[in-house]
Amino acid sequence: MAALDQTQVKEGVDQETVDAVREVGTYKYGWETDIEMEYAPKGVNPDIVRLISEKNEEPEWMTEWRLAAFERWTQMDEPNWAMVSYPKIDFQDQYYYARPKSMEEKPKSLDEVDPKLLATYEKLGIPLKEQMILAGVEGAEDAPAEGRKVAVDAVFDSVSVGTTFQKELKQAGVIFCSISEAIREHPELVKKYLGSVVPVSDNFYATLNSAVFSDGSFVYIPPGVRCPMELSTYFRINAENTGQFERTLIIADKGSYVSYLEGCTAPQRDTAQLHAAVVEIIIEEDAEVKYSTVQNWFPGDENGKGGIYNFVTKRADCRGDRSKVMWTQVETGSAVTWKYPSCILRGEESQGEFYSIAIANNYQQADTGTKMVHLGKNTKSRIVSKGISAGKAQNTYRGLVSMHPKAKDSRNYTQCDSLLIGDKCGAHTVPYIEVKNNSSRVEHEATTSKVDDDQLFYCRQRGMDEEEAVALVVNGFCKDVLQALPMEFAMEAQQLVAISLEGSVG
Amino acid sequence: MLEIKNLHVKLEEEEKQILKGVDLTVEDGKVHAIMGPNGSGKSTLSYVLSGRDGYEVTDGSATLDGEDLLEMEPEERAAAGVFLAFQYPVEIPGVGNMTFLRTAVNAQRKARGEDELSAADFLKEVRAKAKSLKIDADMLKRPVNVGFSGGEKKRNEILQMAMLEPKMCILDETDSGLDVDAMKLVAEGVNALRDEGRGFLVITHYQRLLDHIKPDVVHIMADGKIVKTGGPDLALEVENNGYADILAEVN
Repeated sequence: MAALDQTQVKEGVDQETVDAVREVGTYKYGWETDIEMEYAPKGVNPDIVRLISEKNEEPEWMTEWRLAAFERWTQMDEPNWAMVSYPKIDFQDQYYYARPKSMEEKPKSLDEVDPKLLATYEKLGIPLKEQMILAGVEGAEDAPAEGRKVAVDAVFDSVSVGTTFQKELKQAGVIFCSISEAIREHPELVKKYLGSVVPVSDNFYATLNSAVFSDGSFVYIPPGVRCPMELSTYFRINAENTGQFERTLIIADKGSYVSYLEGCTAPQRDTAQLHAAVVEIIIEEDAEVKYSTVQNWFPGDENGKGGIYNFVTKRADCRGDRSKVMWTQVETGSAVTWKYPSCILRGEESQGEFYSIAIANNYQQADTGTKMVHLGKNTKSRIVSKGISAGKAQNTYRGLVSMHPKAKDSRNYTQCDSLLIGDKCGAHTVPYIEVKNNSSRVEHEATTSKVDDDQLFYCRQRGMDEEEAVALVVNGFCKDVLQALPMEFAMEAQQLVAISLEGSVG
Repeated sequence: MLEIKNLHVKLEEEEKQILKGVDLTVEDGKVHAIMGPNGSGKSTLSYVLSGRDGYEVTDGSATLDGEDLLEMEPEERAAAGVFLAFQYPVEIPGVGNMTFLRTAVNAQRKARGEDELSAADFLKEVRAKAKSLKIDADMLKRPVNVGFSGGEKKRNEILQMAMLEPKMCILDETDSGLDVDAMKLVAEGVNALRDEGRGFLVITHYQRLLDHIKPDVVHIMADGKIVKTGGPDLALEVENNGYADILAEVN
C-alpha cells in the first residue's frame, strides 16, 4: 500500500502542475501592493548606512561594522567575469531602505491591519493565522493553527514584517527571528558568526550588502535539537526603484538539524531592480542543514524589459566533522542571475550537495552553479545541475570543485545537464576543477539535449496540448532535483517550471 | 466512421508527393488492414491522420464521424477519438509511465468537457488493464518507454489505447520487432478492445499479425494509392505470392 499512496501523491502533483499552467497567466506574482511606504533618500553613502543602522535600532558595533564594509565597497569594482550583460547600474539611483508605514505601530487585531498588506499575503498563499502573525496582530500566536506547520518570516521590501510560530520554536530552543532582532537580542551569536563565512570583503555585492542590508532572517538551532518544523522566509520586493539587500544567518550547532525554505517574488515593472543578498550557514559537528530556494523574482517581460538583477552570495561552512549541507534551488525568475551557493567542506567526512534547476526564457540570463571546496579528509560532494534555456535566453553553469592538499580520499560527483527549447537560446557549461592531492576522485558528466519534436508529438497524440507536453517533458528532465525538494516546495516548483516556459514553443 | 477521400499529401520540405489519392472508409466496429511494400505511404497515412508536422495535404479530405480531422491540432484529434499506436514509441526520461497515462486521460476528458478521473478510480482502472497485458507495477512506475524492450513498448502502446478508449485506432506496424509470444499478447489486447463503436486501421507488412487480429477488409497500398481491396484472403495471397503479382495485375 505504501507504494500506492506514493503514486497517488505524485499523480496529484502532476495534475496540479497542469491545472496551474492553464489557470495562471505569465507571471503570477506581477501585481503590486499600493501601500504607503517610508523611504530613505536615494543613493548610498555613510549617512544612509548610519540611517539604516539607526532604523533597526542597532548597537554601535554593528554600525561600525557596516561603515567599515561601506568603506571597502567604495574601493571595489563590479565583477565582470560572468556570462551576463546588462546596462551599467547606477548605485546612487536606488533606494536602499523602504518599509510599510503601517509597521510603525503594532495593530491590535486583523481589522486594524492595512488590508492591502493582508491581501498581499493572501496572494502569496500564506495561511490566515500566519497572515495575522506577519501583520503583527498581538496575540495571534495563540490563535489555533491550521493544518501545515511551517514557520514563516516575511520580508517585505527592506523589512522583516513578522515571524510566525515563535513560541513553539522557543520551546524547542530554536531561535528564528529577523536578523535585526537578533542583532538586538542575541548580539553574542551575531558577533561570533556574522561575516565568518562570507567575509565583509568577499566580493563587490556581498560587501555592499554588508554595508546596507536592511533585514533578513536569523536561525540558531541549539546542540542536539531537530527543529520541530520547516522554517521559511518569504521575500518580496514591492516598492519601485528599491534594492533589496537581505542577510540570512543560519547556525546549526552540534548534532542539530534544520530544513529551511526560501521563496521570492516581485511585481512586474519596466525598470530593473537590484537584489543582492548574502546567506551564511554555519554547520557544526554532526549537524545537518537543508536549504531550499524557489526563486521567482520578476524575470522581465518577453521583450527583456524590466526584471530583477539577482546578485547573490550564498555559502555554507561545514565546520564540524561529519556535518552536512544540501542546497536545492529552483531558479525560474530574475532578468539576470549571478549566484553560486557554495560549500566549504572543512570538517572531516563532511558532505556538501547542490541540486539546481535553472530556467531561462525570453531574454533572461543566468550564470549559476556552485563551489565545492574540499579542505577536510574524506569529504564528499555531489552536484546535480539542470539548466533549461528557451526563447533567446542564455544559461551558464559555472562550478568549481577544489580538492586541497589535506582533503585526502575525498570525492566529488558532478552531473550537469542542459536542455534547449527552440534554436535561439544558449547553454554553456564552465567547470573548474582543481585537485591538489592524489587520493581524491572527481567525476564530471555533462549532457546537452533538445526538447525533441517526436516527444512533443507523442504527448499531443495522447491528448495533451503543446504547453502541457513541454511542461511534462521538462519536469521529467528536472526530476532528480525536484525530488530533492521538500514536498510542498516540489509542488510549487513543478508549477513554476511549467509557467516559466509558457510561450516557449510554437 | 473514418472517411478518407482522394487524399493527396506531399512532404512539406521537399517536392515529393507521398499519397496520391487515397480513398478509404472504415466503418465503426470494423477492422481494416493496410498492407503494402516499403515506401508505399502506409506510415505517412497514419501520421497525416494523427496530425504530425512535416506533411502538406494538397487535396482531398479526412473526417471522423463527419468532423474534419485535417483542420484540427493533434491533441484535438486525440480528443475526438483518433489514437495512433506508434511504430517506434517515444522515450520520455524522468516521466513515470503512470503520470503520463493519467495526464493524457485527463487532458482528453477535459477537452471533451468531462470530469477528471480521481486518483483512486484511475489507479483501479490502470491496474486492471495493465494486468491483462502482463504489465507489472514496476513497468507502470518506470519512465515512459525508457529501457523498455520492443515487446514492452508495444504492450505499453496498447495499454494507452485501452485507457484512452479511442473511436478510431490506428496501429502502425505494431508487429515489428515482436516475437511470437509478444505478438499474441498484443493481439489479445487489441481484440479485447474490438467493439461495435470502434474502428481499427491495422498497418502491417506481414500477414502473421492478421492471423491474430482478424481483419474484415484488407487493402493493398502501393505508390501512394490503395490498389486493391478484398477480404481476409487477400492477406493470405500476399503471404504466399508476395506483392509482385498483385502489383503486376494492377498495372
